[in-house]
Amino acid sequence: MSVLLIAEHNNKEVKPFTLNAVTAASQMDQDLHVLVIGNKADEVAKSLSKVSNIKKVIHIDNEIYENYLAENFTPLIVKQSANYSHIVCSANTFGKNLMPRVSALLNTSQVSDIIKVISPDTFLRPIYAGNAFATVKSMDQKKCITIRPTSFDPAPSSGGSAEIVKEEPGESSPLLKFIKKEEVKSDRPELGTARVVISGGRGMQKAENFKLITAIADKLNAAVGASRAAVDAGYITNDHQVGQTGKVVVPDLYIAVGISGAIQHLAGMKESKVIVAINKDGEAPIFSVADYGLEADLFDALPQFLEELNKLNTIQK
Amino acid sequence: MKILVAVKRVIDYNVQVRVKEDNSGVVTENIKMSTNPPDDNAVEEAVKIKESGKVKEVIAVTVGEEKAQETVRKALAVGVDRGIHVKSEGILEPLAVSKILQKIVEKEKPDLVFMGKQAIDDDCNQTGQMLAALLNWPQATFASKIVVKDKSLEVTREIDEGLETIEVNIPSVITCDLRLNEPRYASLPNIMKAKKKPLEQINVADLGVDTKPRIEQIKVEEPPKRKSGIKVANVAELVQKLKNEAKVI
Ligand SMILES: Cc1cc2nc3c(=O)[nH]c(=O)nc-3n(C[C@H](O)[C@H](O)[C@H](O)COP(=O)(O)OP(=O)(O)OC[C@H]3O[C@@H](n4cnc5c(N)ncnc54)[C@H](O)[C@@H]3O)c2cc1C
Ligand SMILES: Nc1ncnc2c1ncn2[C@@H]1O[C@H](COP(=O)(O)O)[C@@H](O)[C@H]1O
Repeated sequence: MSVLLIAEHNNKEVKPFTLNAVTAASQMDQDLHVLVIGNKADEVAKSLSKVSNIKKVIHIDNEIYENYLAENFTPLIVKQSANYSHIVCSANTFGKNLMPRVSALLNTSQVSDIIKVISPDTFLRPIYAGNAFATVKSMDQKKCITIRPTSFDPAPSSGGSAEIVKEEPGESSPLLKFIKKEEVKSDRPELGTARVVISGGRGMQKAENFKLITAIADKLNAAVGASRAAVDAGYITNDHQVGQTGKVVVPDLYIAVGISGAIQHLAGMKESKVIVAINKDGEAPIFSVADYGLEADLFDALPQFLEELNKLNTIQK
Repeated sequence: MKILVAVKRVIDYNVQVRVKEDNSGVVTENIKMSTNPPDDNAVEEAVKIKESGKVKEVIAVTVGEEKAQETVRKALAVGVDRGIHVKSEGILEPLAVSKILQKIVEKEKPDLVFMGKQAIDDDCNQTGQMLAALLNWPQATFASKIVVKDKSLEVTREIDEGLETIEVNIPSVITCDLRLNEPRYASLPNIMKAKKKPLEQINVADLGVDTKPRIEQIKVEEPPKRKSGIKVANVAELVQKLKNEAKVI
């Protein structure tokens, strides 16, 4: 049997995490097909047809698919599912919203947020905010699986030449309507895929002080993250939140500034390769996961940090 | 209008969870249990809407062992009118819970179902969406703002890119984010009063739902530990280490 991956895209470009999902999906079965549901998303279908692991691209296009309404996407996926053993997508807000709806209609128990494919029916997934790892085996005939993108490398985006098959759209659900999306645009790298992430917490004290963080982010070509407390306090928007109920990041370098290190925050960053913590409380739990801990007042440390970076001849980008 | 709120009993979010030595699960004996945090937000929102006069009755439901009732009692103590406890033993997968909740919805005929966006024990993030699918209702997940209109709700959702606003017809299922509101605390008199509010018990077997597990939990392990790090004396040393030792900048 084959695997069907639901692509995430913005109708123009494939979202990078789709390529990580390709890697995970092709570990379940080599016969990997990708479903592109969108509005004028031909470029998306074309670019996916070039991904080497993908054997077939199914493209369904209509203006009703401009936005990700699960009520509109679900019937299409359920219809396609007849030919597949696994339905897969990323465990981000796109996939979390969509997949359970599909899974319930297929009467299968979804396996969420896997970090490893052990065999086509057995997976590793974190539970309790990553404080335990469960090995689970799905006994359902058809499997609905969401994957944690940061736990898989992105598949090479070239080398393939899959056929693109167009299929008919379905009906638009009368039960809801899309109103608006307030997307936060930034020139910095995306949080999920950045090589370096610098995050601020409640210790930043106010929104304005995030300047200290963004100045360093610009110098290191880093993405900016935050703790839930910083988002709740209105220092920064929700799309920056790292943690159990925010985003999971696995950068080469994660710098936590004025963040205590609650388990819910650690859940989103403790797999980072190198962790730096800057905190004035030497007992803060964040130090227990930090490779390099600096016990200091951030208002002294951050300007000095920038100054030291400025002294360097070269900085990796 | 009538709102049904689903509340789950989980290990308290402040507890450092430990894995059992035989790798069969995590230690739950003598551990503090609480309502799943976003379920408190779901309760709070339902009660607020009731206080605004737009809703007549709020019902809280939980599925689980005898002690799961505590979560319903807590909901009753902050303004929920009555409770339902569906008694069941052992682990229930979200698919099973959603089928049970579907039966309760068919019986109680609420206009809205409010739930948490994610249970912090299994971290599944599935049940609300599954229930919406089974009922063929629209869903608004990860809600951080809800505006009640005549025949619909306008819901702001927290998504990876920022915020999205959708309008869902009533009836619908809403899953709540922690940022939706600030849950209130129950006062002692209200906790006492809640003891007199009706709490119906239903045996899961009487609902005729297939709750057989579809996922076998083979083992539960500790995640790999990070090797311990060092403290640096000052910023210059930090930058030097990052450059020459870790080679990440
Ligand atoms: C269900 C649930 C889900 C959650 N999900 C998330 C999540 O996804 N992400 C998340 O981050 N949190 C999450 N939380 C919240 C989490 O429990 C913590 O409350 C939160 O992470 C704390 O944020 P913080 O570290 O910024 O704030 P605090 O814990 O208040 O820590 C602030 C830190 O800043 C330090 N500090 C203060 N001033 C200075 C200074 N001048 N210089 C240096 N250091 C200073 C202090 O020493 C302290 O350690 C969740 C909670 C629940 C219940
Ligand atoms: N056993 C249960 N009893 C009542 N509500 C539940 C139960 N399990 C899950 N829920 C609801 O479904 C939400 C999401 O849970 P989950 O899909 O397990 O992450 C929770 O926040 C609860 O509102």
